[in-house]
Amino acid sequence: MTNLAGAAATNLGPVHAEVFLLVAASAILLIDMFSKDDKRMLTYVLSLLTLVGCAIFTWADYSAGTTAYTFYNMYVSDPMGNLLKLFTYLAVGVSLVYSRQYTGQRGMTSGNLGGEYYVLSLFALLGQMIMISGNNMLSLYLGLELMSLATYALVALRRDHAMSTEAAMKYFILGALSSGFLLYGISMIYGATGSLDLVQIFSVVNSHTANPNILVFGVVFIVAGLAFKLGVVPFHMWVPDVYQGSPTAVTLLLGGAPKLAAFAMTLRILVEGLLPLAFDWQMMLMVLAVLSLAIGNLTAIAQTNIKRMLAYSTIAQMGFVLLGLLSGIVATPTGGSAEGAAAAYSSAMYYSITYVLTTLGSFGLIMMLSRSGFEAEELADFKGMAKRSPWFAVVMTVLMFSLAGVPPMMGFMAKWSVLQAVTHSHQLWLAVLAVLFSLIGAFYYLRVVKTMWFDEAVDATPISTPLDMQLVLSINGIAVVAMGMMPGWLLNACTNAMSKTLGS
Amino acid sequence: MQSLNNSNLLSLAIWLPIVFGVLVLAFGRDSRPGFTRVLTLVGSLVSLAVTIPLITGFDNAHHGMQFAESHEWIAAFNIVYKLGIDGLSLWFVPLTAFITVIVVISAWQVIETRIAQYMGSFLLLSGLMIGVFCAMDGLLFYFFFEATLIPMFIIIGVFGGPNRVYAAFKFFLYTFMGSLLTLIAIIYLYNRSGGSFDILTWQALPLTMNEQVLIFIAFLMAFAVKVPMWPVHTWLPDAHVEAPTGGSVVLAAIMLKLGGYGFLRFSLPIAPDASHYLAGFMITLSLVAVIYIGLVALVQKDMKKLVAYSSIAHMGFVTLGFFLFNTISVEGGLVQMISHGFISGAMFLAIGVLYDRVHSREIAAYGGVVNRMPKFAAFVVLFSMANCGLPATSGFVGEFMVIMGAVKANFWLGLLAATALILGAAYSLWMVKRVIFGKIANHHVAELSDINGREFFMFVVLAIGVMVMGLYPAPFTDTMQVSVADLLQHVSISKLPQ
Repeated sequence: MTNLAGAAATNLGPVHAEVFLLVAASAILLIDMFSKDDKRMLTYVLSLLTLVGCAIFTWADYSAGTTAYTFYNMYVSDPMGNLLKLFTYLAVGVSLVYSRQYTGQRGMTSGNLGGEYYVLSLFALLGQMIMISGNNMLSLYLGLELMSLATYALVALRRDHAMSTEAAMKYFILGALSSGFLLYGISMIYGATGSLDLVQIFSVVNSHTANPNILVFGVVFIVAGLAFKLGVVPFHMWVPDVYQGSPTAVTLLLGGAPKLAAFAMTLRILVEGLLPLAFDWQMMLMVLAVLSLAIGNLTAIAQTNIKRMLAYSTIAQMGFVLLGLLSGIVATPTGGSAEGAAAAYSSAMYYSITYVLTTLGSFGLIMMLSRSGFEAEELADFKGMAKRSPWFAVVMTVLMFSLAGVPPMMGFMAKWSVLQAVTHSHQLWLAVLAVLFSLIGAFYYLRVVKTMWFDEAVDATPISTPLDMQLVLSINGIAVVAMGMMPGWLLNACTNAMSKTLGS
Repeated sequence: MQSLNNSNLLSLAIWLPIVFGVLVLAFGRDSRPGFTRVLTLVGSLVSLAVTIPLITGFDNAHHGMQFAESHEWIAAFNIVYKLGIDGLSLWFVPLTAFITVIVVISAWQVIETRIAQYMGSFLLLSGLMIGVFCAMDGLLFYFFFEATLIPMFIIIGVFGGPNRVYAAFKFFLYTFMGSLLTLIAIIYLYNRSGGSFDILTWQALPLTMNEQVLIFIAFLMAFAVKVPMWPVHTWLPDAHVEAPTGGSVVLAAIMLKLGGYGFLRFSLPIAPDASHYLAGFMITLSLVAVIYIGLVALVQKDMKKLVAYSSIAHMGFVTLGFFLFNTISVEGGLVQMISHGFISGAMFLAIGVLYDRVHSREIAAYGGVVNRMPKFAAFVVLFSMANCGLPATSGFVGEFMVIMGAVKANFWLGLLAATALILGAAYSLWMVKRVIFGKIANHHVAELSDINGREFFMFVVLAIGVMVMGLYPAPFTDTMQVSVADLLQHVSISKLPQ
């Protein structure tokens, strides 16, 4: 590793996309200063073009399929990271398309705010990319902070809006607290192993020379910090409030792409760094997963605000991601196979990607129903949607059934692959528990379908949506069905990326 | 054995109605009802037409799957798009397509709003249910099995009666619960068989008694809810009462059969030892359904509820036949399933015809219908007779075979099962007496007009089905013989590891 690190010290190849994004975001910030357009069309188009540019760089790395380290091993470009980055660009891009009209109507892109919505989104994206690609506790942490600072500002973007300000405050304080947890855990690990580099931490922990008590102490704090970021019980309190309080456009930016980054960061730290302590963190994740499934699903039933309901649904869905993560290695003395481990982690990755694609569409539809001066936040606002706009009612139905895990939607394949991993690791009871909670979950997803199809409309205002949003929403809905019926390529891509990354 | 050019008939039977369903949903509008209806009818007829070669090309003497298809689907998990039919599943494919045609005709003038959604849902449902009967890959089976819930949920919820939301949720959540546990059994079998979803591989897989019992129970959760067996039957009366006529017809005629078929395809061959071990339990549940539910049917005031309970009792006969493990009873169960498809469909259509005119399903709201609707009354009497198993109707054949099998196994069992005939006659004929015969009860009945050509046509077609199957059941039983014998031979061999 040392000679590789020496050679890679000044290699900028693996960070081309990040460098491009940083330059482009700064440039957009400057260009936006001279824009007089209240709708910020130029900023919008430039932001989307930036994402396309990033995607081209990352795609080149991804299709080469290589793993490259740089900055003295602090940063890595590997297939798993690149695949997740591609979906992160997609998520951010789709979020921007969905939110253009919404932000424009609410004055979030005009006046003295300018195009900061777009620039902050891009900086958050940069943070996410560093979270995905960091190979060192410190770079991961810095990526997390970059993302968090940008999103704190985004949540608070509507300063004159009481709910938003309150949500921003909660998000900031709890976010800072969780960062503190994480940092504390990192310092414990540093103290025990003498390194922040994930590869070196791995080898020190594996050699059993470090003090096990301090290590476990550190793992507890790291898991708590990560659980905050993923939003799983009992570290979930901020999720419903922030999801509900933020402008829906920002909820979309929080609920979509960051989940992929948080997943990648969890995988990097727990699997690539602390795998020898798997027995300990798997137990913790199991508790977190079961609690998330239970509390997320049960609490969602009681919600009438659809953003809050989807927030609790997110908590439950993240429980499923954890189920995949904890099934990697069988917690028995004999251990598990590397092949099984890669399959389990890739199932969690597939689940995260599925979840993000589905969530994008759902929040996109909430924004579609909103118009200036009116937030379609209540479940009742979806009443009679099947008559107001049959096609988009179908799209929402597809998304809800996907979240509930009914075939032929993508969500079924995701649930199936996680359950497969859980069963493969001989934790049958966990699989039974997971399906029982999904049954409870099905109820509130069905309620949305019921509201759209069975209830009469109370609000007959025609839905006016820009063409780009209609197009992307339609593709989003069709993709969820198509990728449920033809899930092979994405499953393969996840498995290949994961085994390459874990094998290197 | 099959020539190459008809080797994708099953795919056509599955995907044609689905494609037409999507077309109807996409292009059908309430502003052009004629176009929507004709498109649906064409779709359902074409879909029926492609199932005909399955019957004519079926080789009765052939062991194993026919019209088989196999394509790689999800290579990463060795999931195969694998289709095939044998004597157990053959008749359900054309039956499904046929019932869909009837449903489309029955809704022709009745459904006037959201026509495309109604018609399209039934076409989608038809394709998905055919998929369940043809799938020979465990995950593919589950895929279709679960996907059928979505259109049915919409049909009940959008077009149903006053309490439709409750009924739709109950229907969905009950069946979803059962099938989720089945999913775990399917995944378990996948891991246990070293990474295969092939149902035939699973059938050959040796399993310990413990595993077999657990797998049997997991499958039972899904299939018992679907059949439905006592005591998990309570969703059915609600769903039937609230569903629109077409929904009730498809539910009773086809959807319940998915459960019965599941027993034959999964439970018995994959867990034969557990099936024998739990046969007493299954027979008891079936007899409770036959006798207790028969009594419950007797006291119903709502016609749809009465027929719904009668369906549960008849399906009790089916499961009774399956778990007696002799050729005649298993064949009898299968015949009963097909026959019940015709009869229950016809009964729900008849109730629909009355409901369209009077808007009530209460038995007490009728009386003396024969005076105003003689043609209709003739059909109702025929179908009610078939429902209680009158010889020369299809209802008789299945019940007689099952009772024969039961007597073979144990005389007292046969005697108990035979009470179903008495109960069936009691509730069916008593309803006919109260609704059809007697004096004209009220002015609603007095204003009734007899069935029109469209309604006449659908009853005639169903009546022909019922009579032909009752008078000459050989084509049906002949196709089943080899497959049932194979199945029973397989079930008689223990799969316990030596």
